[in-house]
Amino acid sequence: MENEIGTGRISRREMLAGTAVAITTLAITKVTGLEAGPAVSAITPVVSAGISFTVNGKLHKLEVDTRTTLLDMLREHLHLTGTKKGCDHGQCGACTVIVNGRRINSCLSLALQHESDSITTIEGLGTPDQLHPMQSAFIKHDGYQCGYCTPGQICSAVAVLEEMKAGIPSHATADLTSETAFTNAEFRERMSGNLCRCGAYSNIAEAAAEVAGT
Amino acid sequence: MKSFTYERVSTPAQAAAAIAAKPGAKFLAGGTNLIDLMKLQIETPGHLIDIGGIGLDKIERLPNGGVRIGALVTNTDLAADLHIRKEYGILSRALLAGASGQLRNKATTAGNLLQRTRCPYFYDTNQQCNKRVPGSGCAAIAGFSKQLAVIGSSDACIATHPSDMAVAMMVLDAIVETISPAGKSRLIPIAQLYRLPGKAPHLETTLEKNELITSVMLPAPVGGRHIYHKVRDRASYAFALVSVAAIVFKDGTGRIAVGGIAPKPWRVPGAESLLPSGAKIFTAKLMAGARPTKENEFKISLVERTVGLVLKQAKS
Repeated sequence: MENEIGTGRISRREMLAGTAVAITTLAITKVTGLEAGPAVSAITPVVSAGISFTVNGKLHKLEVDTRTTLLDMLREHLHLTGTKKGCDHGQCGACTVIVNGRRINSCLSLALQHESDSITTIEGLGTPDQLHPMQSAFIKHDGYQCGYCTPGQICSAVAVLEEMKAGIPSHATADLTSETAFTNAEFRERMSGNLCRCGAYSNIAEAAAEVAGT
Repeated sequence: MKSFTYERVSTPAQAAAAIAAKPGAKFLAGGTNLIDLMKLQIETPGHLIDIGGIGLDKIERLPNGGVRIGALVTNTDLAADLHIRKEYGILSRALLAGASGQLRNKATTAGNLLQRTRCPYFYDTNQQCNKRVPGSGCAAIAGFSKQLAVIGSSDACIATHPSDMAVAMMVLDAIVETISPAGKSRLIPIAQLYRLPGKAPHLETTLEKNELITSVMLPAPVGGRHIYHKVRDRASYAFALVSVAAIVFKDGTGRIAVGGIAPKPWRVPGAESLLPSGAKIFTAKLMAGARPTKENEFKISLVERTVGLVLKQAKS
């Protein structure tokens, strides 16, 4: 995003936003003055609160509507739009970020729950010039088609490897009391919270297998 | 989401005081169920008390050989705990069979117990639901009821309890510890935690107003083979149609609780003496009084076959 602003080119997002404003303004101009609607009833005031946390190594202090989810905080307030809103109900995993070393669905977390937390988004894992090994592997193994689930897949996959290193078992683990080895079955079970409608699963698994060193 | 005020508390005592101070307030722990429901305006607390920072996140050994699991221990941490894996394997297995890695990392022990049904008619605010709106009716009974209850239900509600962890807790004779705003502590055996819907499906637990769960205690380990078998439409990341939590001893006796079929984990201790007689005889007693719909009557024979499979696995 920053590259596009610097060169003076309009991004797709800016074009769509500008078009939407133009159409809305036109519609309002046409309607106003023809029909006077009823008086607007009392509006519940927005409740805001302050929150401070670190995202990708940078400290942020903001005042937000208490209802703001971590996902909306990242996308709308911090303009880190790598993390995606898929279902907004914790069912697809597109919103996966890493908080204090643990992956969570950011759509089911309030921003206010994260005072002093350390959050890593896809933007913090790597950049176009300095790709995270998982990002390189996804490119090499063609681990995406449309790319919408991909930031969540990558954050989740990175976290899965850490969970396995930490000895956290899964439903696929045969013996609860012994070490967990990276297998295709283990990886697929642990990634079951990240859906991909394009069906890139097998390539995602191969990408992760390479990073895991198997 | 409806607007709400928000506060953070740092101790269980502060939490108990805070909820008494504000009518319509709710505790916020992991939030993986509450925030989901708030987005749909099924839950509309005017005030949230964030208890994420009050501690209660440890698993301690007790002098009686049991354990005390803090209410805020995450599902991941509980399933991964080495002592739990070794001595209460059924609990690890049940936890790992549920939800996704992301959800388990945030969901808490007490939150898991208190999570609300996923009945599609409860979730759709356009539908009649006696849980959401007492007296409005139950659209599920004549609707798509494949996922719903076959036993313990009523003419007012056929919702199931969705938790896997709770089924294991039931078979382990867990005891829920609570604190009231007045500072009083109480112990509730898990078999007494959940209410059946009867005529008042909106009343789901025996918790009193503003009571806070502080921990769940497990008795000393009982040994035996621990098997959690979950039957569902997908291989992962789906709720149970039927799940069986079993602890089976070498002499063929044991304990069984069944999930996915009732408003609470279904365990009939009186039927367990029949376990050595096999799945058919045991299940007949366990499921006595079942009132399935046409769409979910398959669950009754599915329970029998799953129990049979589990008993067979326990012998090998």
